Amino acid sequence: MTNSIAEIPEADFIFAIGTNTTETHPVISLFVRRALRRGATLVVADPRRTELAGLATVHLAHRAGSDLALLNGLCHVIIKEGLWNREFVAQRTEGFEALREAVAKYPPEKVEAITGINAETIRRVAREYARAEKAMILYTMGVTQHICGTANVLAIANLALLTGHIGRPGTGVNPLRGQNNVQGACDMGGLPHVLTGYQSITDPAVREKFAAAWGRPLPATPGLTVGEMFEAALAGKVRAMYIVGENPVLSDPDGKHVAEALAGLDFLVVQDIFLSETAALADVVLPAACFAEKEGTFTNTERRVQLVRKAVDPPGEALPDWQIVCRLATAMGYPMTYPDAAAIMEEIARLTPSYGGISHRRLAQGAGLQWPCPTADHPGTPYLHAERFTRGLGKFHPVEYVPPAEEPDGNYPLLLTTGRRLFQYHTGTMSRRVAGLEALLPAEWLEVNPADLAALGLTDGEEARLSSRRGSLVVRVRASTAVPPGLVFTSFHFRELAINQLTNPARDPQAKIPELKVCAVRLEKL
Amino acid sequence: METVSLTIDGRPVTVPAGTTVLEAASAAGITIPTLCHDPELTAVGACRLCVVEIAGMRNLPASCVTQVSEGMEVQTASPAVIEARRTILELLLASHPQDCLACDKAGDCRLQDYAYRYGIRSSPFRGETHAYAVDASHPFILRDLNKCILCGKCVRVCAEVQGRSVIDFAYRGFGTRVIPAFDLPLAQADCVSCGSCVAVCPVGALQPKEMQGQGRTWERRKVRTVCPYCGTGCTIELNVNDGRVVGVTSAPDGAVNGRHLCVKGRFGYGFIHHPERLRQPLIRKEKRFVTAGWDEALAYVAERLGRVKATHGPDAVAVLTSARCTNEENYLISKFARAVLGTNNIDHCARL
Repeated sequence: MTNSIAEIPEADFIFAIGTNTTETHPVISLFVRRALRRGATLVVADPRRTELAGLATVHLAHRAGSDLALLNGLCHVIIKEGLWNREFVAQRTEGFEALREAVAKYPPEKVEAITGINAETIRRVAREYARAEKAMILYTMGVTQHICGTANVLAIANLALLTGHIGRPGTGVNPLRGQNNVQGACDMGGLPHVLTGYQSITDPAVREKFAAAWGRPLPATPGLTVGEMFEAALAGKVRAMYIVGENPVLSDPDGKHVAEALAGLDFLVVQDIFLSETAALADVVLPAACFAEKEGTFTNTERRVQLVRKAVDPPGEALPDWQIVCRLATAMGYPMTYPDAAAIMEEIARLTPSYGGISHRRLAQGAGLQWPCPTADHPGTPYLHAERFTRGLGKFHPVEYVPPAEEPDGNYPLLLTTGRRLFQYHTGTMSRRVAGLEALLPAEWLEVNPADLAALGLTDGEEARLSSRRGSLVVRVRASTAVPPGLVFTSFHFRELAINQLTNPARDPQAKIPELKVCAVRLEKL
Repeated sequence: METVSLTIDGRPVTVPAGTTVLEAASAAGITIPTLCHDPELTAVGACRLCVVEIAGMRNLPASCVTQVSEGMEVQTASPAVIEARRTILELLLASHPQDCLACDKAGDCRLQDYAYRYGIRSSPFRGETHAYAVDASHPFILRDLNKCILCGKCVRVCAEVQGRSVIDFAYRGFGTRVIPAFDLPLAQADCVSCGSCVAVCPVGALQPKEMQGQGRTWERRKVRTVCPYCGTGCTIELNVNDGRVVGVTSAPDGAVNGRHLCVKGRFGYGFIHHPERLRQPLIRKEKRFVTAGWDEALAYVAERLGRVKATHGPDAVAVLTSARCTNEENYLISKFARAVLGTNNIDHCARL
């Protein structure tokens, strides 16, 4: 997030696109409610009528996968009607002419044809966003899990740059991260192309700095992303994997291929707290401590680094992941020892400018620190881009709408989109082992519009066959007007309905994110 | 900003206009007892426990809903005030089950605290008592309306913070109670199970079901940490007793969330001590897992990874790190991939 969560109620206009906030980030949704009580306008763009959409002043139920056309259309109206922030664009941005040219091709009437959103509504939303004192954009995977995920995010950035709705408290661009430390895993270089603090692996100076600290030369070429790893495994190029605390058999698209890829490895070691679907395929399983059994830090979606404290001992011989890694590295001839997690953070701080001032000692004193926090006396940064952008000027990126990789056709006439539900979490490794959560949501179903159900001769609660080009599952259908005709929805929490066996592994060319939010499916009576 | 000067218990106090007497006293370091007041919720002046004496006023006004005025003289603990508070507590206790001996709320109960402070051992009033069935229908929230003092904090937090209004006052007079629509059991109400009602309940009417019988409040050690579910980063307090996490509570000063959590943050801790937790390293031998010691397992992993690296090159190994792990762990796993294995093949589920 460029802003802090606490700034959400300061916004007078909130544009939430592709985020089911009340279910996936329930506590953040309380801040949205507070903004609404203060009179803010909420516009929700989501193909589904989520609970958040029900709270909105305007719900844009655009066609799944048409986000980019919608975003470009909003930019079009803002430029056409002269509502852009001239001062901000002149002083803080570059590339405006290229954007103007690109979005000229997206008049509201044309966008209406692509998105299904009324042209006049597009104009109205564009005007209100541009004229707001403090407009804030919230988004999650509904925007990013597309073959054009990167372009979608750039289009969001264009909208904020065009109107100057960024770089101040209560106004900015705010992706809501879905996992407790997904922000931190990225910050720490758990990515194939960067080291800590997004320092590029292709930068020789960066590699030199880390090589000096780590005592080994670093490989210079970016590695494989998760989806590419499984393809490389199927092709026999990746022969061994070390998987820590992940369950790709359920979480990744085209699950059958993932399982095949893992089964075909020469060696698979999985480190986890439970024998997950992925761990069950391993050659060696290493028992890890869970969050309650170790010290360390998590970084939340607003870049706040907070202390994780040990409450109880791990079960049996399970160890904190950091201790396992240290022992494994040592066993492989690279002695690695730290007295505690705080000492690891000291090393991180030395190598990472944005974490330079962060230490466990400081974190213990207060409510955490938001990076960038470069020095020991820096108070942290509640909102980003106040004076300048990371690269200097904010750059407009002209981006073109592309349709989803799969569109409905005669064989697969429906679109499937996936997401989460309030009472379960991700692949269920944790939440499905909580008896009360299981009681609240014991099983999954497929949400289908009543018109589609009727056309297929199906009734609410019936079991039916759902198929895509990658597989086929038996699902229980539920009539729901939250999905429009032509769209069906379910979550990926349940192994009994392992929906990612059907989803499309087609990826965004830059971010390599799979198109989990749209694929073509067929629903049939059993 | 316009300010108002007054005296509270003889102390001069200056506060912004519009401040309540309760807030002004608090700013001056004087604590006034409250049951229905909550700084995050609208003030309703329902419990009357916060009454004070103000020179020139005929009755004892509730300080939570009385604004300061210039020259006001406030007494927060005069004999009349103490007498009124004692009577209010005696009336509340007249219909309150006297089971503090076994109540899990004991030690963290405002009614108990104030009875202690004002020296009330029993109620002189003898009248009807409630005999409501305890609602144990919800997997996480236990409702015992016999203990409810009708302060309405649960009603207000559900409406004003959560925006849900799942519960409200119904019936009237002595029969007044807080219920979901149609007086259904809570499990059948459209409740998101956030437990904010439990967090604000000053007495034992709303309690976390799974913490019942898991140790007295004073036996539980609270360890402040961060929720393991979504990326909001809510502060939680793990309640530990006898080496086990027996519950989660929220702290008013949680950096992001204050006292509020979602159902998973407040109640989703059951996996920690789940019997299926992995307790020992496992090595697959002839299609079956057998348990192994750490030295054996790690030597085996080191040998196998080393062999793949030696035979096929470092890029034949790939590592998935975890959004569940700490920053320190993710850093070390990246270091392991790059410095020990010699590959940049490292990623995690950020895209999923």
